[in-house]
Amino acid sequence: MLIAVILALAVGTYGFRVAGVLLRDRLQLPEWARHLLPVAAAALLAALAATAALTEAGRFAGYARPAGVLVGLLLAWRRAPFVLVVVAAASTTALLRLLGVA
Amino acid sequence: MRTAYRTADRAMLRDVAAIGAAMVAVGASFGAVAVAAGLPVWATLAMSVFLYAGGAQFMAVGLVAAGSPVAAVLAGLLLNARHLPFGLALGGALGRRRWQRLLGSHLMTDEATAFALARPAGPGRRRAFWLAGALLFLAWNAGTLLGVLAGGAVGDPAALGLDAAFPAGLAALLLPSLRDRDTRRVALAGAGLAVLATPVLPAGVPVLLALAALIVPALRGRGASSADQVPDGTAVAGPEQHGPPGPDGAAPDPAHHAGPVVRAGEASC
Repeated sequence: MLIAVILALAVGTYGFRVAGVLLRDRLQLPEWARHLLPVAAAALLAALAATAALTEAGRFAGYARPAGVLVGLLLAWRRAPFVLVVVAAASTTALLRLLGVA
Repeated sequence: MRTAYRTADRAMLRDVAAIGAAMVAVGASFGAVAVAAGLPVWATLAMSVFLYAGGAQFMAVGLVAAGSPVAAVLAGLLLNARHLPFGLALGGALGRRRWQRLLGSHLMTDEATAFALARPAGPGRRRAFWLAGALLFLAWNAGTLLGVLAGGAVGDPAALGLDAAFPAGLAALLLPSLRDRDTRRVALAGAGLAVLATPVLPAGVPVLLALAALIVPALRGRGASSADQVPDGTAVAGPEQHGPPGPDGAAPDPAHHAGPVVRAGEASC
């Protein structure tokens, strides 16, 4: 049974992944639709980042995580190197948790 | 030309490594959590190799342990449906040959997608996708193995703040593309919609709901075409970007409903 769950998830997930890639070849998309694809991807990624920053299991994730993400965002906005953005975000959150901030 | 590639590759390698390190840690936490939940070692490793989607993996472990295998499959697939539009946007970025598209599809994650789309379409984007895709796949699987071996000795990724690292990395990758006005409006509206919908909809759906924000420019601009702003459908982000990497799924999609086992940072991979 476990193997069926893993198989179904693996096949289904790969199906989603490969379907978009192969469809893109077959579809003759008009110009405006081709413009929309990267915008759609940006909207999805922004939604992922925002929900991951703010929520956990459908509820507010607490203050430590969004505070860390905010520090990272400010650094990225000031064009800090990517590594610094990631490390600063994680350290801020870790530090806040160490101090007892949820 | 070749030198330019090498320099860019080295910079990107460093960026991918930052996210990769976080993915090793979260992967280790997945390995430890799965084994602790009673999953056999082979199943834990097989999930990371063949499913390769952090949020769905954590969710599946929680739901299988809770005795709901069907829910595990449905919830996991809902969570991963976003890969279809990612594939549409990436398109040829995986390569021209068939095997490149078939193999590259498996390496598609949120982070690899963000990494690739942060570069203009062309060979640079393809290199970014494969570099991030391959390295992050290795990082996630090495982490899983580590977690299986080390078990409880693996620390809690939340203590390291890694749950903040993934969304921050994704946002940083995305930021340059937000200079385009229409993209910015759509992305912000979509993010807002997703956050508002998160408490009331099952995991995965709020993120898909963000696509509804695509109507925003149509509502406002009515043909005040964005064509002059979006450099011919190429990069989500500006070319000058020092591309940050992001392992797919690293932005852990909060595996709501995922059950007790999962904690922050699960989304990674």
